[in-house]
Amino acid sequence: MYQHFKTRAEGVGAKVHRCATSQEALDFVLSFLAGEGVAEQPQCSAVWADSPFLAAVDRQVLNKVSGLKLEVTRATAAEAKFGITQLDWALADTGTLVQDATAIEERLASSLCSIHIALVPTAGLLPDLPSLLTRLTPAESSYIAMITGPSRTADIERVLTIGVHGPERLVIVFVDDLGGKS
Amino acid sequence: MEREFKESIHKAVNDANLTGALGTFSEAYKVNRTKAYEGIDFEELRNRIASIKGHAASNLKELSAQFASAAEARGATVFRTSDPAKVREYILKVAKDNGVKSVVKSKSMATEEIHLNPFLEAAGIEVGETDLGEWIIQLAGQTPSHMVMPAIHMTRDEVADLFSKEVDERLSSDIPRLVKVARDQLRPKFLNADMGISGGNIAVAETGSIVLMTNEGNARLVTSLPRIHVALVGIEKLVEKLADIAPILKALPRSATAQLLTSYVSIISGPTPNPDGSIKDLHIILMDNRRTEMAEDPIFKQALQCIRCASCLNVCPVFRLVGGHVFGKVYTGGIGTILTAWFDELKKSEDIQGLCIQCGNCKEVCPGKIDIPELIMEIRRRLVKDQGLPLLQKTIYAVVNNRKLFHGMLRAASVVAKPLATGGFLRHLPLFLADLTDGRSLPAIAEEPFRDRFKKITQPECAQKAVFYAGCLIDFAYPEMGEALVRILNKAGIQVLFPEEQTCCGAPARYNGAYEVAARNAADNIKALLEVEADYVVSACPTCTVALVHDFSSTLKSTGQQEWLTQATILAKKTMDFSSLLKQLVDQGRVSFKEGQELGAITYHDSCHLKRTLHATEQPRELLTKAGYELKEMFECDMCCGMGGSYSLKLPEISGPILQRKISNIRSADAETVAMDCPGCVMQIRGGFDQDGGDVRVKHTVELLAERMKE
Repeated sequence: MYQHFKTRAEGVGAKVHRCATSQEALDFVLSFLAGEGVAEQPQCSAVWADSPFLAAVDRQVLNKVSGLKLEVTRATAAEAKFGITQLDWALADTGTLVQDATAIEERLASSLCSIHIALVPTAGLLPDLPSLLTRLTPAESSYIAMITGPSRTADIERVLTIGVHGPERLVIVFVDDLGGKS
Repeated sequence: MEREFKESIHKAVNDANLTGALGTFSEAYKVNRTKAYEGIDFEELRNRIASIKGHAASNLKELSAQFASAAEARGATVFRTSDPAKVREYILKVAKDNGVKSVVKSKSMATEEIHLNPFLEAAGIEVGETDLGEWIIQLAGQTPSHMVMPAIHMTRDEVADLFSKEVDERLSSDIPRLVKVARDQLRPKFLNADMGISGGNIAVAETGSIVLMTNEGNARLVTSLPRIHVALVGIEKLVEKLADIAPILKALPRSATAQLLTSYVSIISGPTPNPDGSIKDLHIILMDNRRTEMAEDPIFKQALQCIRCASCLNVCPVFRLVGGHVFGKVYTGGIGTILTAWFDELKKSEDIQGLCIQCGNCKEVCPGKIDIPELIMEIRRRLVKDQGLPLLQKTIYAVVNNRKLFHGMLRAASVVAKPLATGGFLRHLPLFLADLTDGRSLPAIAEEPFRDRFKKITQPECAQKAVFYAGCLIDFAYPEMGEALVRILNKAGIQVLFPEEQTCCGAPARYNGAYEVAARNAADNIKALLEVEADYVVSACPTCTVALVHDFSSTLKSTGQQEWLTQATILAKKTMDFSSLLKQLVDQGRVSFKEGQELGAITYHDSCHLKRTLHATEQPRELLTKAGYELKEMFECDMCCGMGGSYSLKLPEISGPILQRKISNIRSADAETVAMDCPGCVMQIRGGFDQDGGDVRVKHTVELLAERMKE
């Protein structure tokens, strides 16, 4: 399922990585941020929305990253280049990520930035949408968000262009030891 | 037809940017759509959608109530109304009560339908469209020309001009740069707006959820950043259960843009926290605007199965030529014609319904399984019923309903021949008696019609008989096709009968909404064709065959004439198109082809009715190959040739370019001969080559095969 997902997601322009442990995933994220020039200035900073993954990370490690903010607000998200969130499920047949995005921080961090780093428990891989729908309870999740690749448009002369209002890059990191939703 | 309407067509077909962009897009669309549906049983999928949406259409009242109570239980405010004016007032009131100064919108056809933007702007509220295409046309002061791609008619240079004015800086027409400009310009609008307005792709009754799909990500921002969210949803978007959204999410992006899924799908079920910690003020408006009335109409109810993918626009040979603006300001293309007739008024569809050439492409790809061509015919029928036929047409149809007079005139036409081109009345007869030779030469009426030639044919006595239904074109313009058919059937041991009382199949009248006329043609033909004992009724014209097999019954039913219905069914069962019958006879070993023939390259043009109503595509190809031709497929072999019966006379400015495209595709196939099964297509395409320099042989399959059968 992972391979199928990867093929589909990369087919629509996402990048897909897989890490065996949360530590490995954290190292990946931090080195990615460093490599892309995360810094304490507008359009270079990063926001990281609260999540089980983040909760388990040593804050002292994060405090060392200049420009990384754990407080996701309209202001911090609007000037961030990177947004990091944890998603709940991944649908293999379309390369889609899904999450309960009722918390506004989830949406701020994943929709205003230009690079979205998405952490997903490998256990959250599902074959397709129908298998997801049986797990969803809209009565408990007021905002379910599905993300398939980066933001795109073809509104000018039908030319596919990446990154309109949402992120222009989507980096997906599967984490094998991260507990998934049922 | 209104002069203004004709002018808009003229302007569109002469707009090289428009026809170029749409032409390229529609060619790519077909390929990409097929790819997107790979491995999916489209028929099964659309049957499910049709059943889900059909069920919803039958229960609009219950589902609306269920949706409202579910959404309200979740904390949303639901407003239900049938009146577009009340929708506008409601939104304005919410805005005023909350001190709203600026609004951001994600794409919504329902807001276009009620002309919301100018209304809010007149009240002093700033309204910003955020879908890139919608923003472009908002800046240009235009209306959408396509339901999914609103600015498809504009070039990058035009967009660069618009954006340059907006940012007060000369911009190049580099598309990624222009998109970046849009992102930068719209970002502060998102962040500062007090209210977000969206539509809804689906509304789920059991959970009170709104489903929104976008690629750009603007709907996520519209529904997240402003403190108020208003969703305007037509009640045809309702489905009963959450599980019902799966097939729609599967089909909509594939059919709309050949994507497996849009970049973003949001399922919103109740208010969520705002960035400032407050809870969103969520208003959902369920708008009826004649949808319930539509659901109560037994014929038009199926139009509510539409999921607004616009694939009917993308495959339409007319749309790709004229674009959306010719259709009007809101809903465009095939389904748009129907929605305009209902949501606006029947009268408004008077001109645009005439744009449909009845090729049937849209019906094949519609994920809601809507018979769009048939519904457009029903609009025609109702218009004629409401307003009557124009006097000229009335006179023509009086002639068509009188076989002796009609045939007498056709015979007279062969005598006067050319002067007809300027002759007062006769030139307005349906089909081939017109003076329109723009891009196409019209055939001369045969000196001796088939009905006279038939009497001179000596046939062997055979146990099996087939009644030949010639149709006007073969009878009076191409009698040699009829003779070829007789020769072939004789070789298979079938004797051909030709009842003289047969007359026009009624298609010209029916396709113009004159169902009463078509019904009389149907009755006359049923009487004539069933009068003699025969095993088959065969026709070499697919349009006539469709009339005999399908239209007679449906015309008689819709005009409430029960008398001939049983007979119509008997006739339908006996009737076959030429290629299907011959294929059967060859398979049975009753007739075979001469062996060792190498007849050269041939390309085959699928006639609309043969392919999409009678579903005969392989039969003629197999016969021609067996006869010794080498088949070379042309690009878009099943795209309409632009004939469409009297369509080519009424809208030559559209028919002409469609024909030119066909001619060029035939040429590119690099074959000496192009075969087809329809005398109407032969007339159109032969005429095209005649004007264009006729180096390709244009033949009916029956003519090509007649000399190739073994004795």
